[in-house]
Amino acid sequence: MGGKCDIELIDKKGKRVDGRTPEQLRDVKIEVGVLHGADGSCYLEWGGNKVMAGVYGPREAVPRRVQNARRAIVQCKYNMAAFSVDERKRPGPDRRSREISKVISEALEAVVLTEMFPRASIDVNIEILQAEAGTRCAGLTAAAVAMADAGIPMRDIPVACAAGKAGGHVVMDLGKLEDNFGEADLPIAIAPRTGEILLMQMDGHLTPEEFERAFQLAFDGCIKVGELQKKALMEKYAKAVPEGNGNEAAKEE
Amino acid sequence: MNEETSERRIVLPGELIGEGASLRPGQGAYRDRADGRIYASRVGVMGKHSGYVNVVPLSGVYDPQKDDLVIGIISEVGQSNWLVNINGIYPAPLHVNEVPWRVEFGETSKYLNHGDAVLVKVFSVDETKNVQVSMKDRNLRKLSGGQIITVDPTKVPRVIGKSGSMINLVKSYTDVWIFVGQNGRIWISGGDASMQVAIAAIAKIESEAHTTGLTDRMKQWLEEHGTVKPAGDAKPDEFAAPRGNSGNAEENKDASEETSE
Repeated sequence: MGGKCDIELIDKKGKRVDGRTPEQLRDVKIEVGVLHGADGSCYLEWGGNKVMAGVYGPREAVPRRVQNARRAIVQCKYNMAAFSVDERKRPGPDRRSREISKVISEALEAVVLTEMFPRASIDVNIEILQAEAGTRCAGLTAAAVAMADAGIPMRDIPVACAAGKAGGHVVMDLGKLEDNFGEADLPIAIAPRTGEILLMQMDGHLTPEEFERAFQLAFDGCIKVGELQKKALMEKYAKAVPEGNGNEAAKEE
Repeated sequence: MNEETSERRIVLPGELIGEGASLRPGQGAYRDRADGRIYASRVGVMGKHSGYVNVVPLSGVYDPQKDDLVIGIISEVGQSNWLVNINGIYPAPLHVNEVPWRVEFGETSKYLNHGDAVLVKVFSVDETKNVQVSMKDRNLRKLSGGQIITVDPTKVPRVIGKSGSMINLVKSYTDVWIFVGQNGRIWISGGDASMQVAIAAIAKIESEAHTTGLTDRMKQWLEEHGTVKPAGDAKPDEFAAPRGNSGNAEENKDASEETSE
């Protein structure tokens, strides 16, 4: 943010460096149930981001002292692979990944019906295989799908998307150059049904008007990605019950 | 979208599945306090049943219910109780008063040890999801010999079939003892060749649980791979399993009926 470059982030026709319009998302691809070891999983590609999310639980929270006698806790681990960026990233947790783990845990916990599983833990692992701006949004979006796949009771399927300001224009879903050399970045996560905000962070400077515009763009982006999440889940589960007669014993009657 | 009531459909968390004060949210559903409507909380198949709207989940961990028959594995031996892993969220205590033997204090390990498999019944689940299991019932026992395999707990009703039809089909073609626990653990005992066939059959049922006409296809598959031929109406393994294959079948039947409610 705020770095100097002579690249024109957005041209006179309103086209961005990667050829998108200001209101256009990068391509998002979601695959459900890709891991055998986890209770639920999701592989997501969002532009150049490649994210794998695995969910375990609900299971007994260990160590005992982290348990909550009244409800389940959501423990998220966000990790960037050493090869996820151009210059090798030093492996292991750092200040940034701990922050992202915390905000994603809290965003997800807000939608889970945690009171159904006292003393339990829902463990969410997010692995960034390839990073290209917006990994926390991609990670949260993937984690939400993996949680639905794991059969965890949730009020809604959370979804995240960012907007920001680059080259003097407010744009949706910042790309790598826009993120590095733009003026502001505003990632948000919402529960799409109610529009409740689960996460909101901001880096850089925006005027109140620009903020309103950026928020609206990010919100619209969330809704669009939310549709893709649902489509991906349906793709896996729709075949589970063929029309007409279904699983004769599995369902009632 | 909310008027097509009789139709079963797949729903996702947050999807509207009903409204009105007369309708109540059942399993896999919740009522939003803000607008009073009912939404799904899990991925599953929705259905309406005597005033409740339910979502039968298509994935998830085993959620113990009272009177479930499950296969547990002893995970810890205490002075007057054992902890049993029942494939649920928490380990379940099995107290010495709940076993069919007279156990002196501190002599628990003489009866059941770490790693032993037991057929137990869930006899209480409280509001904080503390589960207690019991072995004091007909047919509940320590399982010795045989093999235990695990399937997805949400697919157990399919493995059992309507009133045990599917599992009896497997039994009749393989001459093995099978017990299906509600927690997704299945105990199989019999000759090596027969067990291999039974395990393969169950794996096939699990992977094709969502397809229609599976019973017929399994029958065909077992006709080809089965180790014995079912002898007319007589249960071929009745003499091989005097302890109560019929009892087993009944348990299975009960179990499948429980889940279908």
